[in-house]
Amino acid sequence: MFDDFFVRALFAGIGIAFVTGPLGCFVVWRRLSYFGDTLAHSALLGVTMAYTLDLNIAISVFLISSVIALILIQLQKKTNLPGDALLGLLAHSSLAVGLVVIGFLTFIRFDIMGLLFGDILAVTTDDLLIIWTGGALILLVLKLIWKPLFASTVNYELAEAEGLNPDRAKAIFTILMAAVIAISIKMVGLLLITGMLIIPAAMARNISDSPQKMVIFSIIGGLLSVVLGLYSSLEFNTSSGPSIIAASLVLFILSLFKIKQSIKLKN
Amino acid sequence: MSTENNILVKLHNAGFKQNNKWLVEGVSLTVEKGKIVTLIGPNGSGKSTTAKIALGIYKNIEGNVEKYTNKVGYVPQKISIDWTLPLRVCDFMLLTESISEKDIDEALSLTGVIHLKNKNLGNLSGGEFQRVLIARAISKKPELLVLDEPVQGVDYTGEIALYELIKNISDTLSCGILLISHDLHTVMTATDHVVCLNGHVCCSGSPMDVAKNNEYKALFGEKASQILTVYEHKHDHVHSEEGEIKKN
Repeated sequence: MFDDFFVRALFAGIGIAFVTGPLGCFVVWRRLSYFGDTLAHSALLGVTMAYTLDLNIAISVFLISSVIALILIQLQKKTNLPGDALLGLLAHSSLAVGLVVIGFLTFIRFDIMGLLFGDILAVTTDDLLIIWTGGALILLVLKLIWKPLFASTVNYELAEAEGLNPDRAKAIFTILMAAVIAISIKMVGLLLITGMLIIPAAMARNISDSPQKMVIFSIIGGLLSVVLGLYSSLEFNTSSGPSIIAASLVLFILSLFKIKQSIKLKN
Repeated sequence: MSTENNILVKLHNAGFKQNNKWLVEGVSLTVEKGKIVTLIGPNGSGKSTTAKIALGIYKNIEGNVEKYTNKVGYVPQKISIDWTLPLRVCDFMLLTESISEKDIDEALSLTGVIHLKNKNLGNLSGGEFQRVLIARAISKKPELLVLDEPVQGVDYTGEIALYELIKNISDTLSCGILLISHDLHTVMTATDHVVCLNGHVCCSGSPMDVAKNNEYKALFGEKASQILTVYEHKHDHVHSEEGEIKKN
């Protein structure tokens, strides 16, 4: 069944959507979209490391993104620069270093477009295994830290005062972010991963009135985007990443009508 | 049970410094089961800081804090909730602990906001939100309740009812309460122990002891002290319609 590249891509995308749905909600709630971008940009370094050291791409990206996240936390503690400046600094410098390193690796042929925007032809059965086991692990850990993470998202001091250890939950969540980027980089591409996290969650926010509903709608939105995006990618011969993100944008625009309705009802 | 086992939280010479400025220093106090300890003092005197030290929110403190319970309910003075979150009152009630539907309903009824259960938290008025905050804190049946100006923005009749509720909770759950309040009437009638703060502990003791203290008078004025003397005599006589005083 997984002989067909399209079936592989479809299953990979579905696996990714199950994970980006709930994580994306936290990215929106905690205002982490630029943080996600930074980790994704640094993933290019991870890809070059994978090629030079002959490692699995997902594992290599996961390692590099985790290191970048740690560096960011250290810089936040030790410098007086605002958070967004530090994020920009790390995002662009790691992307630049990654591209420079690729320039040196003349003995390997890189599909830069595929790296930046995703490539459905590149998904192998090994990748499927990593996406589904990695994804299941991410969701399991997220379920375990859900209470402290959610409580501290609502109010840090309440969570801390009532003994939930929000700092630990935040650190674990950072690692989960690195992991989700690692498993989705081949499909969505490193420039568009944050879109996969944010847009379905933003769409879900427009049509939900409770956190649980928002998570469920975010997953459904991601799944629809993947299926619609991949079919149009096949039909029009476009890159998989942009096609998926464009599909999610269409869903977001549709969700705006629901907001308009509810505002009308209130008036 | 010895008094040692009744201690819920104990501050010993505790203080907190931020940007090289002491917010509060040298605070020693003990909250025991079934007792209400009230912090009073002017604005900026370190009341909320002391509460946060007791709760363990501030980490790099001077002195030491011994906390003997993890079942804590907290009503902070200021709470900013981000409205990117779709959050109903019933979701908020489950924030830090999974409690039963029955306990949620009971707590919301006690604070008079059961009708708001499925409302979005962002659409509540200040007073309604304050009632929800109190309901959330008591619904988990805590051993230690920390209330930082819990009735701010609540209407006058609600204020009295809520203070009565707080007193009841302290009796029925036999939990210890650390209360911050500007309402000296309440402080003096319902409290077991008063700590008067002004960057440091300026005096502490039973409400009557504090009322007689000269530093307290200097801080709150002679009038505040008279409030207390009124309460001292509260139960020893009644006034007849003609204004005559009848001893109980």
